[in-house]
Amino acid sequence: MADTILELSDVKTHFPIYKGFILRRQTGTVRAVDGVSLKIRKGEVVGLVGESGCGKSTLARTILQLVPTTAGAVILGGRNLSSLSARELAAARKDLQMVFQDPYASLNPRMTVFDTLAEPLRVHGICTATEAPGRVAGLMEKVGLAPRFMQKYPHEFSGGQRQRIAIARALALNPAVIIADEPVSALDVSIQAQILNLLAELVREMGLTLVFIAHDLSVVKHISDRVAVMYLGKIVELGDASTVIERPQHPYTRALVSAIPTPNPDIERSRRRIVLPGDPPSPIHPPAGCTFHPRCPHVQERCKLAFPPLVHHDGREVACIRVGEI
Amino acid sequence: MPLLSVKDLRTWFHTRNGTYRAVDGVSFNLEAGETLGIVGESGSGKSVTCYSIMGLVPQPPGRIESGTAVFDGVDLLRCTPKEARQIRGKRLAMIFQDPMTSLNPYLRISDQLIEPLLIHNKISRKQALTRAMEMLDAVGINDASKRIHYFPHEFSGGMRQRVMIAMALITQPELLIADEPTTALDVTVQAQILELIKRLQKEFNMAVIFITHDLGVVSGLCDRVQVMYAGRIVETADTRALFQRPRHPYTRALQQSIPSLQPKGARLFTIPGMPPDLSKPIPGCAFAPRCTFAQPKCLERDPQLSECAAGHMQACIRVQDGEI
Repeated sequence: MADTILELSDVKTHFPIYKGFILRRQTGTVRAVDGVSLKIRKGEVVGLVGESGCGKSTLARTILQLVPTTAGAVILGGRNLSSLSARELAAARKDLQMVFQDPYASLNPRMTVFDTLAEPLRVHGICTATEAPGRVAGLMEKVGLAPRFMQKYPHEFSGGQRQRIAIARALALNPAVIIADEPVSALDVSIQAQILNLLAELVREMGLTLVFIAHDLSVVKHISDRVAVMYLGKIVELGDASTVIERPQHPYTRALVSAIPTPNPDIERSRRRIVLPGDPPSPIHPPAGCTFHPRCPHVQERCKLAFPPLVHHDGREVACIRVGEI
Repeated sequence: MPLLSVKDLRTWFHTRNGTYRAVDGVSFNLEAGETLGIVGESGSGKSVTCYSIMGLVPQPPGRIESGTAVFDGVDLLRCTPKEARQIRGKRLAMIFQDPMTSLNPYLRISDQLIEPLLIHNKISRKQALTRAMEMLDAVGINDASKRIHYFPHEFSGGMRQRVMIAMALITQPELLIADEPTTALDVTVQAQILELIKRLQKEFNMAVIFITHDLGVVSGLCDRVQVMYAGRIVETADTRALFQRPRHPYTRALQQSIPSLQPKGARLFTIPGMPPDLSKPIPGCAFAPRCTFAQPKCLERDPQLSECAAGHMQACIRVQDGEI
């Protein structure tokens, strides 16, 4: 695709596990991200969903090169980020910014809003010191904060307002891609709606590309164009958000969709819920074959042989060999 | 006679920065075997209401200013500590949001599970252990005879929540208070735990108070829902009635701000502003400053709950006046 802005090609992020102190030796590997390929178009919103431990946050950190890639490539605007020097990478991050889950932990409590928002401008030499207040005021207005709060500290703001500050900080450099890791999970419903509206507006108005990570499928469906469902470090289903969430094909996506409680008593009480047994397995010793097979209601002997590749089916990509027959 | 009857409960916190009226005049009844959902945003007083009933409000800074909570003829807020101990932990149990911090990391779960039995029932340690293993089995923990000797860190989050539930239900309480028990869990694990609570509730014929901010969870589990805002109940109704026809503007706004009920990509309804500062006196309706339907009279008259349909109470004076 010509307008691909961010490409992940077979990205793997493994963490070694060590034992011992003097005779330190590697005893295992956590396969947090284990072969993810994804092409993201300019202006697209891609949702990344999965349960805790499925590797979605590690994937976000890998895209930003906050953790080193073990194998594969993260290509942003034609450049392979994993092969850049530290200096080149710092410059490249101008195009790639992140919003974190917890707005209480991701802002420096000793920096005022002005300091927080002016820092990226200064680091990347975007504007002079005299221009900074004007730029910061503009950023604050863009995210719906009054510029008169510029000299206030994070503790003087509510959770929703802090998340706005974090978004403004990500926007400061006019990045091509923003990665938002569970940006609304820590917020109350009414505040969550405000932040979702804000992100949708920014995507529309600024032509941003957004990678939106969440565990709440209804939120992801609302904001995303496409959605990728992850299980144990791999993408198991990928496609148009409404298609995937309304007619899921992979057994895991089906269980995930059916597990979300709907705020409608009539639907909620009449539908059949697929309750998965057990917990997700450990990424240190992933099950052989399809990693989902120990919890899958449709498992067969052949599922235990090899991890199925993503195949095209019913308008999306699915990694299940039984797709079509279940 | 209701199993639990709370009347005019006021729990305030007296701090250096002023008096926070966390719960400010809450009354409700709960019948035996009923499931009541308490919904509200952070700071609405839903947890403090239940903490007051369970005697878990730290005093000071908290103080129960007024009210009664009568459980089977005993006022839990006024009775002697000895009387209260015979009810709390035995006939009245609670589970919490975070199973990580509410189990003692130093004790094997066997010791934690049998503690309520040893305190409340005349029972030997051996009998108690047998009973604990039965409970672990009932909450879906396989291999109970081995796993009962595990420490909390050896379980996953969902499993720990199961241990908590087993511990709460081991004395066969008549009322279980569940304070956001699935908020910290993944959706698939949440589904497991909700099914478990539903099944055990039927088995033990127990009443449940389910505190949550997730309207979806409430819709599948609860018979009745009450919505709290700024320390008061603003609406209470049968679950179906509340979801089909919410009357109070706050409940309507909450419902409109849920993404799954809106068409994809549509602008979500948002409630402007922030919840009020509970340390300052609030004139009239606490929601008025954020309410799209507010009029000057909303700030003058103190709203009271009144019935707008059979079993449906709400506290908006404009609805009561038949204006909206």
